[in-house]
Amino acid sequence: MALTSQDIARVANLARLELRPDETAHTLQQLNGFFTLVQQMGAVNTDGVEPLAHPAAVLGEVALRLRDDIASETNQREASQVSAPAVERGLFLVPKVIE
Amino acid sequence: MSNDAKSLLVQGYEVVIGFETHTQLTTQSKIFSRASTAFGAAPNTQASAVDFALPGALPVMNKGAVQRAIEFGLAVNAHIAEQSVFARKNYFYPDLPKGYQISQFEIPVVQGGRVEFFLGDEKKSVRLVRAHLEEDAGKSLHEDFIGLSGIDLNRAGTPLLEIVTEPDMRSSAEAVAYARELHKIVTWIGICDGNMQEGSFRCDANVSVRKPGAPLGTRREIKNLNSFKFMQQAMDYEIRWQIGQLEDGHAIQQATVLFNADTGETRAMRSKEDAADYRYFPDPDLPPLMIGRDWVERVRSEMTELPRVMAQRFVADYGLPTYDAGQLTQSKPIAAYFEAVALASKQPKLASNWVMGELSRRLNAEEKSIEVSGISAHQLAVLIGRIADNTISNNAAKQVFEALWTGEGKDVDALIEAKGLNQMNGADELEKIIDEVLAANSKNVEEVRAGNSKAFNALVGQAMKATKGRANPAQVNDLLKKKLA
Amino acid sequence: MSSNIRHTPHADLHDLGVAQLAAKLASREVSSVEVTQHFLARIQQYDSLGAFLATNAEVSLAQARAADARLAAGERSPLLGVPLAHKDVFVTRDFATTAGSKMLEGYRSPFDATVVSKLGVAAGGAGMVTLGKLNCDEFAMGSGSDNSAYKPVHNPWDTCRVPGGSSGGSAAAVAARLVPAATGTDTGGSIRQPASLTGITGIKPTYGRCSRYGMVAFASSLDQAGPMAHSALDCALLLSAMAGPDLDRDSTSLDLPATDYAMNLIAACEQKKDATPLKGLKIGLPTQFFGTGCSPDVLAAVRAALAEFEKLGATLVDVSLPLTELSIPVYYVIAPAEASSNLSRFDGVRYGHRAAHYTDLTDMYKKSRSEGFGDEATRRIMIGTYVLSHGYYDAYYLKAQKIRRLIAQDFQKAFTQCDVIAGPVSPTVAWKIGEKSDDPVASYLADIYTLSSSLAGLPGMSVPAGFGAYGMPVGLQLIGNYFKEAQLLGTAHQFQLATDWHERTPGAMT
Repeated sequence: MALTSQDIARVANLARLELRPDETAHTLQQLNGFFTLVQQMGAVNTDGVEPLAHPAAVLGEVALRLRDDIASETNQREASQVSAPAVERGLFLVPKVIE
Repeated sequence: MSNDAKSLLVQGYEVVIGFETHTQLTTQSKIFSRASTAFGAAPNTQASAVDFALPGALPVMNKGAVQRAIEFGLAVNAHIAEQSVFARKNYFYPDLPKGYQISQFEIPVVQGGRVEFFLGDEKKSVRLVRAHLEEDAGKSLHEDFIGLSGIDLNRAGTPLLEIVTEPDMRSSAEAVAYARELHKIVTWIGICDGNMQEGSFRCDANVSVRKPGAPLGTRREIKNLNSFKFMQQAMDYEIRWQIGQLEDGHAIQQATVLFNADTGETRAMRSKEDAADYRYFPDPDLPPLMIGRDWVERVRSEMTELPRVMAQRFVADYGLPTYDAGQLTQSKPIAAYFEAVALASKQPKLASNWVMGELSRRLNAEEKSIEVSGISAHQLAVLIGRIADNTISNNAAKQVFEALWTGEGKDVDALIEAKGLNQMNGADELEKIIDEVLAANSKNVEEVRAGNSKAFNALVGQAMKATKGRANPAQVNDLLKKKLA
Repeated sequence: MSSNIRHTPHADLHDLGVAQLAAKLASREVSSVEVTQHFLARIQQYDSLGAFLATNAEVSLAQARAADARLAAGERSPLLGVPLAHKDVFVTRDFATTAGSKMLEGYRSPFDATVVSKLGVAAGGAGMVTLGKLNCDEFAMGSGSDNSAYKPVHNPWDTCRVPGGSSGGSAAAVAARLVPAATGTDTGGSIRQPASLTGITGIKPTYGRCSRYGMVAFASSLDQAGPMAHSALDCALLLSAMAGPDLDRDSTSLDLPATDYAMNLIAACEQKKDATPLKGLKIGLPTQFFGTGCSPDVLAAVRAALAEFEKLGATLVDVSLPLTELSIPVYYVIAPAEASSNLSRFDGVRYGHRAAHYTDLTDMYKKSRSEGFGDEATRRIMIGTYVLSHGYYDAYYLKAQKIRRLIAQDFQKAFTQCDVIAGPVSPTVAWKIGEKSDDPVASYLADIYTLSSSLAGLPGMSVPAGFGAYGMPVGLQLIGNYFKEAQLLGTAHQFQLATDWHERTPGAMT
């Protein structure tokens, strides 16, 4: 199946990317080239195969580590906002959020 | 089950309500970072690299949040998943620093369960679909900035347990009763502080209406209902609105709506319209959450007795009426106070009457909570004991209660003595007084003999007066009857 | 770059590896400040290679003085005072961190990556001096280091050619002897392939061996840090300091004690002084790695190297990794999927590029991200978003994760027949800059030999094995089973005791 420019527009919007019309065409052609490669996966029989989300899981069960509930962080606002585009009174500023 | 129960129709429509409740868990630190969860700090001073989503920061799971999820699961008789998975819910929003929310999607930690409660005297049972762990978002502040919003990430990463019901509720009243019961459970077991003003307990109501027997109607989700009062108002408005739409021949469009407390109306949100495709996938930064049976059993063994269970025990062990048991288990401190009094006095029903009666009346009058009651459980128990052993009458006991409350005295028996309130049971003393009364009221005596019961009562009154109310009225009756026979 | 560098008389210092420099420093023959000045001068001299994105002489010399003070106080540890540089995907307090992207131009991290602090001069660190930050493909996405938003990196063996990628700045800097060692990251071959194309030694450890905390994330289930240096011995010294659990900060960090890989090598050599130190070692050769897809010059060099291993006592056995070709689509579905989500935090709100002009919030997001991300990052975000989007998840992402398990299981079968797996790293030697820039799929295909072990999370390394077409270096890939870094390094070390490919340097650079 081949992607359409509508797919590209939908995906770009989901990803909050803005493609120029010429880029859209170019991207469409490249992505279709890529997805012909991806079609090969269909040939592999994966019935009853568990997806492998974490490499170590091949060796057996991996369990999430849990930390004790201790609040030890100090105020890091200043250092964390050094590279912020727009800050006022400690708040990050953005164009009005509409609910 | 409540969804089989006959439902009350509104203008010929059946109301169908499901709830999603976000409960902030009472952990010290955030779900994936070591920043504090305390409310009300200066903007962005309680956010770490993880909460700011700085490049290179990674999540590490808080054991306390999992512990609380297990406690909730056990409280609602749900299944605690041996393995559950954290997933990324991807969407862009300024208060969502990573561009995705870490939540649970396909495999939540708490599965199934039910919440049971009374609506009037009808027992209701609402089935839960699931309860899953996730992180809260930050806050967008719209005041103070013209055309701009300010982002505060102090709340970002606060652990949430999102509790989702089946669409089992058939009226706004039932939905509110469910919400109240859920609030009682999470605060009773202490996994949530229940502070609705601070957003610790936020409800979303999925409301739809349909003609009886028809398939489920299209639902609209009312977001962030954080007061029981608004909850009812919002759902009632929404129900009327939806019925109005259908009656006018309009179809309901699925939507997320907000309730405006000032206008009392709901309106559709403009944002998050295209966010329908969240592209969930297992978070590669977090291996699966494994919960061993041993952990679950340990939590079970350490769990506090639940209100429903405690009420059943009060009925069984103390022979209390179901109503009393329900009232006494509205809050943990009241239940504890009652039980202390009941056990010390061995008079459960009297204890229940006094806790629900005189005591709560005084507490309400002075807007005090039972923890700061002017009378200790021990004092009340002794007082009740004196009523039980006929040392004092009920009325006399109220005087002692008053004295204890106002601090006039501390020792029950001393107060009874000082006020001379103990009932005289000594027969001869009473007999002497009655003889005097009979002598002094020969006219009444004759009328009694002539069969005038009024006159008899007058004599009883005289006798009681003469004993300053310390005599046992029953005893006075018997003696008079004997002497006038 | 800062220019107040006094050229030092130690003209040959830059040819020394980490171990040799450490020895000179320990004997106080040279000071860390002298070594640091010498390398800073070379970095400046060969700036045109495009290997560095940031240096700061003041910071580096201050660190060197701190190291000298510790040396003067009698402290002796294997890396104390030796300089290195970090790939620009490791966040650092003292240098800006850009990940090779305009999106992060000038970004200052309030903290150091775990790997950076483990190696650094700060308390608890190994005491190495940081010379700067190394250029790479944007967000580590690429195999030529010509996807950097700032400048392409040139291969010191032929500056018209790429050094490989994405850790191309690290590879070029080590090959040109601008640094004795560097850190790199490997998601689908980004340490091994540039090491191979520039004739240096590099190792990607088992997934989770080095903490990912402070690495700008590309594909979280694949990203892994590792050292790049002259030799296996130097890599062993660095890995010993880099590796180890980071339980408080990285939930995927392995809870295994750090081992002293270098001591293992030296001990092993003490035991086996005979002519066949690798006696009993079974080296598996996947038939799929030696097919027509690999160019003859590369195959010739690899086979020659394998013959050398036989001389050292190893035996060669054929093994099969049937899904090798499938590893390309599987990787290029999984990695972009994770990347599309990992790069969502770059929204122009809290840090990073924000467009100058926009109409509203959504427009700010779109313009900031479109301006901030380069072509390859944009392409992978698009692919990743698509394969995760509604209706495609099962067919692409889930399917890929299932085949990923089959690929990992194939390796476990292979390891029942052999101890290590060997083959080429890259099907060709380094190509000309710009040669593949408009055909992404073609460059994806060139990753065929490195992707499968990355998907399985296995350790792998590239060892200089001679030269191919145009006199360009060729690397031999060694893949070990989980946690077998010591065995890989030991095997490579024995090879390097018997060969001198790893000591060759590009003529123009001396």
